[in-house]
Amino acid sequence: MNRERILNDLKLVIAPYTENKAMLNTISDDTDLICDLKINSANLIDIVIEAESRYHIEIDADVIEKMTRVGNAIDIIIQKTNQAA
Amino acid sequence: MRRVVVTGLGVVSPNGSNIPDFLNAIQNGVSGIKFVPHYEEFKFNCQVSGVPEFEWDDLKNYINETSLYGLKAKGIGLGIKAALDAWTDAGNEIVNEETLWETGCIFGSSVADMDFIKSSTSKVDAKESRKLGSRVVEQLMSSGVTAYISGRLGLGNKVISNSSACATGTQAILMGYEYIKHGMAKRMLVGSSENIDTYVFATFDSMRVLSRKFNDQPEKASRPMSITSGGFVPGSGAGALIIEDLDFALARGAKIYAEILGGSTNSGGQRNGGTMTAPSGIGVVRCIQDALVDANIDAGEIDLISGHLTATMADKFEIENWIKALGRSGEDFPVVNSLKSMIGHCLSAAGSIETVASVLQIAHQFVHPNINLEDPNPGIIDLITENNLPVTMVSKEINLVAKANFGFGDINCCLIISKYNK
Repeated sequence: MNRERILNDLKLVIAPYTENKAMLNTISDDTDLICDLKINSANLIDIVIEAESRYHIEIDADVIEKMTRVGNAIDIIIQKTNQAA
Repeated sequence: MRRVVVTGLGVVSPNGSNIPDFLNAIQNGVSGIKFVPHYEEFKFNCQVSGVPEFEWDDLKNYINETSLYGLKAKGIGLGIKAALDAWTDAGNEIVNEETLWETGCIFGSSVADMDFIKSSTSKVDAKESRKLGSRVVEQLMSSGVTAYISGRLGLGNKVISNSSACATGTQAILMGYEYIKHGMAKRMLVGSSENIDTYVFATFDSMRVLSRKFNDQPEKASRPMSITSGGFVPGSGAGALIIEDLDFALARGAKIYAEILGGSTNSGGQRNGGTMTAPSGIGVVRCIQDALVDANIDAGEIDLISGHLTATMADKFEIENWIKALGRSGEDFPVVNSLKSMIGHCLSAAGSIETVASVLQIAHQFVHPNINLEDPNPGIIDLITENNLPVTMVSKEINLVAKANFGFGDINCCLIISKYNK
């Protein structure tokens, strides 16, 4: 899985959950989902659900806690898709 | 005791989804009852309903995009629209940073959306509960509509969700009034919403209490006090009012529609003829009389009764109870109308939408018509005369309105609303 492709996917997945649409185009590995994109922490699970469905993976609850930054999220998705494959 | 005035109104009614349209509709006797093809397919006895114009996109300017995304429970959507319209109608801004500690919210509902519940429970049954996500609980909980409204506006005083069937709306208003009257809050956003979907509709249809003989003439289907009435017509919608401490309202230069003088809510206890589905006359009479005492007015001063009057066999019984409670009958009886003739019975939302109509009749000094009353029940005419049942709009001085609703569970609620006099 290509990191850049996942990043572009994530921009679409995240879009409905942030009011900070302008920042979406500039997100990078270091962007914090809650602090920078102001995503309601409860909604992180909705982003996980969309990612799960998009990549046909399952992300465990204890892993979700580590998804604080865009980079972590991409790492986890790559790891899980590799496992699935 | 503090005086409590109405300073803002909002409505999503089957015959008008904003205050100007609603005012125009109730002045001209415009029906909001429509044939629902879907209900014919489902073989319902009643195939008409009060359906307000509402699209989710209507809320784009009301709540932020992230909040709107994933919001599916329609009862919540209707409530948000009416509530925020009332808020801005009262001359308020939607503030984003501060908590408004002096302002609270009491908003009622029954069930927000059975379709949404079904889509959620179906995922569980399909063993896909992990796909439910974070937005289901807040829409299933009975306090969902109140939570959305108070969160949007930053309301920091009492935030309460109530439910008492058809008395829900009037009860919400009464409770808000009481908090302000006793100095516990300066301002309250009060109201209620109801979303009649297929499943809610079916439960009433199965009770055989709905209008079924006018499916081909929807606008004629809701016929309170008519001899040809054969049941009520369910409707969806929401009504909301901003009520506030008179001094608080005057200090901010608010326009004042009317004053709430008092009210009462009780239950007949499902004794003395009262049951789960029918009120006890004794309870109803006490409720109305207690409201008069609370408002410190004489029964002779009531100019208009905005009745519950759903278009069932109970209409005559309701009139008899008003006669006992007020000690007035014949020509001496006040003018009576039922908004349900135009919009049907909006259940939880009935009390709030009908109170909005009552306030508008005071503010604009008129009595809205009873439509579909070309053939009034002779038993009712004998009691209060035809003169007290206007079928076209009447322009007249309206100083005091008694607004009552009676709900399943033998719950009664009556409000006394007055023209605002300095």
